[in-house]
Amino acid sequence: MSRRVALEASHAVAEAVRMADADVIAAYPITPQTHIPERLAEMVADGELNAAYIPVESEHSAMSTCLGSAAVGARTFTATAGQGLELMHEVVYVTSSMRYPVVMTVCNRALSAPLSVWGDHSDAMAVRDTGWIQVFCQNGQEAFDLTLWAFRVGEDPKVLFPVMVHLDGFTLSHVTEPVILPEQSEVDRFLPRFQYPFALNPDKPMTHGAFGPPDIYSETKLAQEVAFRNSKEIILQGWKEFGDNFGRYYHPVEEYKTENAETLLLTMGAYTETAKIVIDNRRDKGEAIGLISLRLWRPFPFEEFRRTVKGAQLLIVFDRCISFGLGGPVFSEIRSALYDEASRPKVVGIIGGLGGRDMSEENFDYVINRGKEIAEKGSDRMLETVGIR
Amino acid sequence: MAEELTWKDLEVGNIITEAGNGSFRKTGDWRTERPILDKEKCIKCALCWIYCPDAAIKPGEDGYYEADLYYCKGCSICASICPAGAITMIEEEEQ
Repeated sequence: MSRRVALEASHAVAEAVRMADADVIAAYPITPQTHIPERLAEMVADGELNAAYIPVESEHSAMSTCLGSAAVGARTFTATAGQGLELMHEVVYVTSSMRYPVVMTVCNRALSAPLSVWGDHSDAMAVRDTGWIQVFCQNGQEAFDLTLWAFRVGEDPKVLFPVMVHLDGFTLSHVTEPVILPEQSEVDRFLPRFQYPFALNPDKPMTHGAFGPPDIYSETKLAQEVAFRNSKEIILQGWKEFGDNFGRYYHPVEEYKTENAETLLLTMGAYTETAKIVIDNRRDKGEAIGLISLRLWRPFPFEEFRRTVKGAQLLIVFDRCISFGLGGPVFSEIRSALYDEASRPKVVGIIGGLGGRDMSEENFDYVINRGKEIAEKGSDRMLETVGIR
Repeated sequence: MAEELTWKDLEVGNIITEAGNGSFRKTGDWRTERPILDKEKCIKCALCWIYCPDAAIKPGEDGYYEADLYYCKGCSICASICPAGAITMIEEEEQ
């Protein structure tokens, strides 16, 4: 029997890692991720989780340790946020390029300067090209579910890529919510033991991480990209199996009241739930409006995304990051993804919710109203923003 | 060797599953100078063999130690370490 318990989202992640029976956890504490490694350290110390908990001196060391741990075939977990993710950046690429299925929670945090421990998506956007499978969570249940799923998908022999699970710092990571926890036997049925086919072993020496001179480097990158895109098949299969086992089904593009919607709002992460309230209110008043939330960020779900927005006239993209000199990174990717479509909605982008700035229902109302205005009359502003003085 | 491989031939993560295949890689073409052994001076002490960072110096059946030019990068450590002054470095262009 599953249990419905009140859990902080960070602790729900730790619970998923415990139930996944992770072998190695190497993490460096950083706000707002701290509660995850803290709880896991307790579990290991109390004997609730039989894992090596490796305290490291930096995030660079955390990811380096994880890389080595996965190389011997150990189920490996870490978590970080903001500046920590920036510090480990170099090794984030190495882990995916060497195809080690580490699972990492990122409690999304703004980037310095000025120093901010609060949430936005700048850290996530800075690692979008690193070759990790990346998903965004909306609530505590998803934080638990997607962490379990991340091990299942990343470790699949057809995938062997690391997986990043994004949780909005504070607005999700520190929120206590009802979370349904499955039985251990149910988890074990869904998540087989990690069988890494190239585990380092003194009895059968092999070379991991050989250098790639110009006569082979390009081929390695093409091979990586093809394998990464092909991982989508297992990503979808993983979600299907998760749903069949636990009753909750996930999709690359989550839809909310999109039927016959002329206008669509696009969000990522926890503010999706605030935006849902605004959509509800507008639907009640007869407005043909819906919401889509990008669950799968990488590999980008082109097919599902194009299908979802096909019938709409306007798509308003809400970004929680500025790509300096360009604008909203999600907006620019979305507009590019639709460029070749014969039938496509007009796409406008609005930026807000930076560095922990709250996004209220009123703010989302502004986003929608202003989005419609821009679609009709165009914009004479350098950057369209919400809630910024 | 690498020139013959396409992206489809690479192992997951570019892992090399055969041990010791570094010996296939020709490092001799990095060289700008090569060591020349004067057997009149050589005392067969094997210091060059010990110090060679690429294990490119090999003992011959006659007891002398000479560089395998397939691997020798021309670093000149052997010439520096030789107590008898039996090894001199010459430019690759010279005969």
